[in-house]
Amino acid sequence: MFTFCSDPSTLPDWQWMACYLTTGSHMALYRSVLVVLLLLALAAPLALGMGFLGALAVRAQSRLVRLPGLAYVSMVRGVPDIIFFLFVPLAIDQGVEYARHRLLCPDWPDPVRQGNDFIVCPAAKMPLATDPAWVHDVWGFSLALFAFALVFGAFAANTLNGAMAAVPRAQLETGEAYGMTRAQTFRRILLPQMWVYALPGLSNLWMILTKATPLLFLLGIQDVVFWARELGGQKTGHYAYAHPDWRVWYFLGVLVFYLGLTWISQKVFDRLMARLNHGQATAGGEALRKAAA
Amino acid sequence: MNTCAESFETLILRSLGREYGARLLPSGLDITVCDQVALIASGLIWNVYFAVLALSFGFVLATVVALGKASPSAWLNRPARGFIFLFRGSPLFVQFFFVYEALVLLPRAGVTLGEITVPTQWMMRAWAGALFVLFLNTSAYTAEIFHGALASIPKGDSEAADAYGLTGWRKFRRITWPTMLRLAWPSYTNEAIFLLHATTLVFFSAFPAWQQMGDALYYAQYFAAQTFNPFIAYPLVGLYFVLMTLTVIGLFGIVNRRLNRHLPRAARARFRFRPQYIR
Repeated sequence: MFTFCSDPSTLPDWQWMACYLTTGSHMALYRSVLVVLLLLALAAPLALGMGFLGALAVRAQSRLVRLPGLAYVSMVRGVPDIIFFLFVPLAIDQGVEYARHRLLCPDWPDPVRQGNDFIVCPAAKMPLATDPAWVHDVWGFSLALFAFALVFGAFAANTLNGAMAAVPRAQLETGEAYGMTRAQTFRRILLPQMWVYALPGLSNLWMILTKATPLLFLLGIQDVVFWARELGGQKTGHYAYAHPDWRVWYFLGVLVFYLGLTWISQKVFDRLMARLNHGQATAGGEALRKAAA
Repeated sequence: MNTCAESFETLILRSLGREYGARLLPSGLDITVCDQVALIASGLIWNVYFAVLALSFGFVLATVVALGKASPSAWLNRPARGFIFLFRGSPLFVQFFFVYEALVLLPRAGVTLGEITVPTQWMMRAWAGALFVLFLNTSAYTAEIFHGALASIPKGDSEAADAYGLTGWRKFRRITWPTMLRLAWPSYTNEAIFLLHATTLVFFSAFPAWQQMGDALYYAQYFAAQTFNPFIAYPLVGLYFVLMTLTVIGLFGIVNRRLNRHLPRAARARFRFRPQYIR
């Protein structure tokens, strides 16, 4: 990184540190922070979308829609979500490969499950063995992302369903009195009004999602936990930068990173809540009115 | 291949150690469904162990921290707030790693305090180290719940206590504490459920499963990796946890009824399943 880094063994302390913290593997650590933030940025809207569909399904009039919705929403209750994080990517991976196997190699003579092996024809591998490394990375990340969206979508569906039920009935009746159809009432009144009731639950959910991101490590993604273990371990004289076991400092760094993330999120949500409470017939809205008067 | 009876006999206590069952776990093509049922159930012993002890110790510390946070003195209030922020603001998963790596740095021979030498090796084992982390973690979450309950104790109750001349410890013991518990109990039930769920993280973080003594999810993952078939082991461990969750709801419901027994039926606090899913 810096020009003086060519021979680390002769450097004074602060320059050694500067060089050490800018090695290639440390750059990978910093990139992995971006991976965590990317997962958050993608998983949050996806989960919100799935939660929205889930909430609509739970509130649907047709039983055919409502029952799958209820099954989806109650799926996460009672079962630790880490089980889903371990199960879903593996199940989808095998499911996709099996489907591709049936489609692409209809003449394959051997069964897919042989004893404890799961063998599909080479053309059905997902991703293909010949694909470059980044395809494997993207596929792994997508599976993890889907698992997160699925689990947190079920949580969000609970929250959004509660929020939709909390919108005062009188406000919906006003819509009906103006002659709006069900769809119009939903779009013009229920949807804008529910956010103030949903936000406390959603902000809690965001915090939980943030704190669930280190579980990426379990899904084989090279995230901050992976690099903290990797870089912190004792480095003997064979390495350019020898140091004793520093893992505790690396994990302290990871801990501080997450504390900062939740702290900033809390600040943002407090401001957002103040905005949404503006002019609402809730305790929060009442407090804002009193403060202004 | 084990017969079903053999599986139960050799595996149902295996999570306690090799002395209590088969020396080696079933592997490869020898794995039967009965093996999975028995060994994963055996792992539940550790989940219950961590949950029960962490909740019991955590209950005491949480009461102290909640009182600290509610105290007007900055000397009590600041550390309590800091403790709660530290453990609620960071992922439990990272807390496990951090504490484990800190414990690893302790000298292997033990710490000498004056005359006596305190051994350190046992602290790195999951039964002690992970329990310690879970204990601190649940204390922070529970303290926040108890603090909320302390703040919502009806003014009339504490004024009535004053009118009867109750002060200090007697007021706390007879009025403040029971009312706090009664108000906090539905949320505390949720905390207990999610602490139980969080115990599955222990053997997936830094703490190694010594001699393959692991929890239910550790064994489920072992079977999923051995048979390359996730469709038996994971649904099974999920089912076990649904049953355990229902048990927790039942047990905490009994306590809730006792805490609310003096109130008219309509005024009683009801348990609602409110998500507080991961930590």
